[in-house]
Amino acid sequence: MAGVRALGVLSRVTLRRYALYSGRNDLPRTHVNYEVKGDVAVVRMNAPNSKVNTLSIQMQNEMTEVMNELWANNAVRSAVLISSKPGCFIAGADINMIQSCKDAEEVTKLSQEGQKMFEQIEKSPKPVVAAINGSCLGGGLEFAIACQYRIATKSKKTVLGTPEVMLGLLPGAGGTQRLPKMIGLPGAFDMMLTGRNIRADKAKKMGLVDQLVDPLGPGLKSPEERTIDYLEEVAIEYAKGIVDKKIKLHKEKGMMQKIQDYVMSFEFVRNQIYKTVHGKVMKQSKGLYPAPLKIIECVKTGVEQGPTAGYLAESQNFGQLAKTSESGALIGLYHGQVACKKNRFGTPEKEVKTLAILGAGLMGAGIAQVTVDKGVHTILKDTTVDGLARGEQQVYKGLNDKTKKRNITSFQRDSILSNLTGQLDYSGLEKADMVIEAVFEDIKIKHAVLKEVEAVVSPHCIFASNTSALPIKDIAAASKRPDKVIGMHYFSPVDKMQLLEIITTDQTSKDTTASAVAVGLKQGKVIIVVGDGPGFYTTRCLAPMLAEAVRVLQEGVDPKKLDALTTGFGFPVGAATLADEVGIDVAAHVAEDLGKAFGSRFGGGNVEVLKTMVDQGFKGRKSGKGCYVYQPGLKVKEVNPEIGDILEKYKMTPNPAVSSDSDVQYRLISRFVNEAVLCLQEGILNNPLEGDIGAVFGLGFPPCLGGPFRFVDTFGADKLVEKMRQFEAVYGNQFTPCQLLLDHAKDSSKKFHK
Amino acid sequence: MASMLLSTLRSCPVTHSYQCLIYPFLSISVRLSVPSVQTKSKKSLARPGMKNIVLVEGVRTPFLLSGTTYADLMPHDLARAALQGLLNKTGLPKDAVDYIIYGTVIQEVKTSNVAREAALGAGFSDKIPAHTVTMACISSNQAMTSGMSGKTISTPSVGLIAAGQCDAIVAGGVEFMSDVPIRHSRKMRKTMLSLNKAKTLGAKLGLIGSIRMAHLAPELPAVAEFSTAETMGHSADRLAAAFGVTRLEQDEFALRSHTLAKKAQDAGLLQDVISFKVPGRDIVSKDNGIRPSSMEQMGKLKAAFIKPHGTVTAANSSFLTDGASAVLIMSEEKALAMGYKPKAYLRDFVYVSQDPKDQLLLGPTYGTPKVLERAGLTMNDIDVFEFHEAFAGQIMANLKAMDSDWFGQTYLGRKSKVGAPPMEKFNLWGGSLSLGHPFGATGCRLVTTVAHRLQKEGGQYGLVAACAAGGQGHAMVIEAYPQ
Repeated sequence: MAGVRALGVLSRVTLRRYALYSGRNDLPRTHVNYEVKGDVAVVRMNAPNSKVNTLSIQMQNEMTEVMNELWANNAVRSAVLISSKPGCFIAGADINMIQSCKDAEEVTKLSQEGQKMFEQIEKSPKPVVAAINGSCLGGGLEFAIACQYRIATKSKKTVLGTPEVMLGLLPGAGGTQRLPKMIGLPGAFDMMLTGRNIRADKAKKMGLVDQLVDPLGPGLKSPEERTIDYLEEVAIEYAKGIVDKKIKLHKEKGMMQKIQDYVMSFEFVRNQIYKTVHGKVMKQSKGLYPAPLKIIECVKTGVEQGPTAGYLAESQNFGQLAKTSESGALIGLYHGQVACKKNRFGTPEKEVKTLAILGAGLMGAGIAQVTVDKGVHTILKDTTVDGLARGEQQVYKGLNDKTKKRNITSFQRDSILSNLTGQLDYSGLEKADMVIEAVFEDIKIKHAVLKEVEAVVSPHCIFASNTSALPIKDIAAASKRPDKVIGMHYFSPVDKMQLLEIITTDQTSKDTTASAVAVGLKQGKVIIVVGDGPGFYTTRCLAPMLAEAVRVLQEGVDPKKLDALTTGFGFPVGAATLADEVGIDVAAHVAEDLGKAFGSRFGGGNVEVLKTMVDQGFKGRKSGKGCYVYQPGLKVKEVNPEIGDILEKYKMTPNPAVSSDSDVQYRLISRFVNEAVLCLQEGILNNPLEGDIGAVFGLGFPPCLGGPFRFVDTFGADKLVEKMRQFEAVYGNQFTPCQLLLDHAKDSSKKFHK
Repeated sequence: MASMLLSTLRSCPVTHSYQCLIYPFLSISVRLSVPSVQTKSKKSLARPGMKNIVLVEGVRTPFLLSGTTYADLMPHDLARAALQGLLNKTGLPKDAVDYIIYGTVIQEVKTSNVAREAALGAGFSDKIPAHTVTMACISSNQAMTSGMSGKTISTPSVGLIAAGQCDAIVAGGVEFMSDVPIRHSRKMRKTMLSLNKAKTLGAKLGLIGSIRMAHLAPELPAVAEFSTAETMGHSADRLAAAFGVTRLEQDEFALRSHTLAKKAQDAGLLQDVISFKVPGRDIVSKDNGIRPSSMEQMGKLKAAFIKPHGTVTAANSSFLTDGASAVLIMSEEKALAMGYKPKAYLRDFVYVSQDPKDQLLLGPTYGTPKVLERAGLTMNDIDVFEFHEAFAGQIMANLKAMDSDWFGQTYLGRKSKVGAPPMEKFNLWGGSLSLGHPFGATGCRLVTTVAHRLQKEGGQYGLVAACAAGGQGHAMVIEAYPQ
């Protein structure tokens, strides 16, 4: 799955093995080698200069060559397929290989070649045992399930899955055909439609792998090396056992399995499954993502019309999907995510070993939660015993939920929690390498906290502010060492939201930034680093869209309808629900602040609507009432009837020229996108890629559009400007396109993404 | 000069087998150059200003497979038998010791301080305090060293004896696997405890009504490591695999253990075993787990923990055992004053611990170099090795770890390997695999065996090493008492 990464060095081991065992005269093979042990051929994959193996053209060609040699070699009776890389079997197909194809037909051809290769493996007269250690994803999994037998290490790094759907693709090398046969229709749909990773023990239960091998500790080699060797030794034994018929390839089916097979033999049962799955997909994706529907189609074709039709459908649909804008957007996000998991500011001088968090509220405790389990000593400070207890309980609950899901053991939970110190005073803060404050959003409180912290911490300690809108330079104004002050804007809930927005001022030192990024990466975050300014990047993009949403409500659109319009455009959460989640008070606060900073451009809806809601106690989900009424235990939420009066009071008359459903959608999205482009124009954003990542991972911008910048590229800047001019005519400067957008509209060759 | 020659040869990075090859030549040259053979780097480990601590006597009940003749006893009965055996063998007055310490692993709830119950039952004076310690398979080692020093990591200089608090102590260990505490489920226990507090009949009936079938499922004592939830056999299998120990090597070592134990038993070398009249049963005077088999027979067994491709089987693991041991430890002057002829000096010891997951059973590898360094000795100075054999795979893994430069450098922080003990000095009278392994009692058996072997074989220094659950380990140097 991963693209070509110029990382890692050609392992010493491979070089040596290659020199010893490669029995070829012409060009040496660089990706695949084999060694015959007894009558078992051990085929080792090791893509040079990469951390992972991908099914690149080179890898496929060499694999075909090697397999042909083995089939021709009478001394070989079976084969073991193994990777020499610790932590990776095959991570998938080479994305760049797919992207560099000119048209859908070329991608279809690639798929068919893959299908052919795996068909040969499946029909191999000599059994092939896949020995899996590390990630076995996408094409890697399709390879493995074409083999006669699968053995996997019970390591945390060993995951199996078909993540193609997350890239807008489908398993295009026989996956849609073999998986249903192997693990049944429901399991196969679940795997292919969610794309989730499956751990080895679960895979064994599902029948995806046949045997498990325990990872080993250190012996006469490092644990990683020895585990791979051991896996190979065990796999060789099994390969011999299969040839000698000591090991059966087809397990006796259990009672449940037999019943399931019987039920599945009825066409109407199968049709019911297709229908249910299709319905679920449509509900979740609003039909905006073509890949899941194509996956269902391929599976159905294979099951109902036989393999020939199935494989053909698979390769053709694969080709079509690869050239959709949705797939392009999702692959772009994937690349962006990889890029935003690197520290472009270098290694910080001092690693953060002790992190202090001030404020044990939702955010503070959330930050603690993602920090303690990374081996960082975490001090969680609050001002009240109750607040602290709530915060510590949140951290405990987060870890305990992981224990319940068996991601960690209760022992690991306890030992992780030993990294957490809860306290009410500043004792021990002199040991802190970084302090993140998550106190109330009030510049006076922030200043007071900053001064208190600077009085106790050591000179190297970094002060990070978790604020969503207050400019960092205003906070840093109270600091004795503004070079150590930085903004770290987390998103709620911290343990679920992947994004971290880091804000630097002119005075923030490069080392401070490097350190903040390093901490964020350790916490598992996808990071964008942006310049300072009111609302930074994310809040600044969201504010105009929410202002527009309020206007839409004032114009008489029901919150439910508003939600439907936004989710229908691809937002995972509707605008009204989002406002409730963020908190109406926070939204009002931000709208007012940014309104002051940016003037009428941030207008639209009347801030008084939000303020009145806050005054009446409708602060959103946290207060039980906002746009909706939230009742514990109830999943269905009803519109808060009491906001009707408020909206009535601030009622606006909609202009029919710009009030169709589609117009409302574009009014919302264009204000978001225009502000994002303006951020790039003003240098708040460093590059469009970070802009896309920030919008998608922090604000839920439709992933199928790939982010505001990719949206401009694919939708066309000229078309967007045209729409905005139309809205501008009615509403004024809130829809005036920024200069950069106009530049792109004038010259269609200008693209944010090459 | 001879010792210089030795040390240069020692520091050569030669493999074990190579070392064996050149050994005859070496000893000849030593004999030629120095008429009186003194190959030890030290004459004695006695230190000025420190009390010498001696082992006066060590005994144990026969070690029996659990569920056999001892089946109806309680743990303190076994401990009592060992203590009475010690009294009989030494003729020790019942008020002559100052303190009694016992080690045990799985505690009988009724006798949680089993040391006290056993001491009273064995007729010791009720004025002698007694306590019980637990440290998995090195519990009785801890009992002995607590008596010696009272501190886990130190020279025997500040303990009950060494500090002058006591002059004579009895240490021992007991384990009784024929009966273990099996509890009600947590939910059931909770209901039962609430029932005690319930005041009205209605409340009581309500509680009784809340009991479900599932609550009645009993809870067996954990056989797994608490921190990792992995059973020891499983960990041993992974350890053996990590060091590339084959099934054949393990079976061979297990067979060796049984064969040597049988030989020692037949030759009457196991003098520490006392006869025990089991109430309602016969007199037991022999270990019953020693069963030399054939490689073929052992090869037929299936893997017991990692199925089906594992290598640890019932035959190459130590078995569940009932048994107790006891030793009499005194300051040298007290022993001599009481007219005893001590068997050996108990010298330096260490406790070590490491990763309980991947290095659960590597205690000997970590403990051995550390205790040797503390005593100022080298591997070549040791004449008698007694290592606790939890699993044949575990012993072989430890031997390989000690023989690996990579392991020594990477995990022990040494310049080179520790060096594996030569097999001709190693566990010559059998070990835990064949004699049995009552968890809490094995440590005293190891120490007593070293003392007896030093007397029998005429060596000067012996080394005890053992692994224990929790990733812990222990090693002790024992010096022969001049005969």
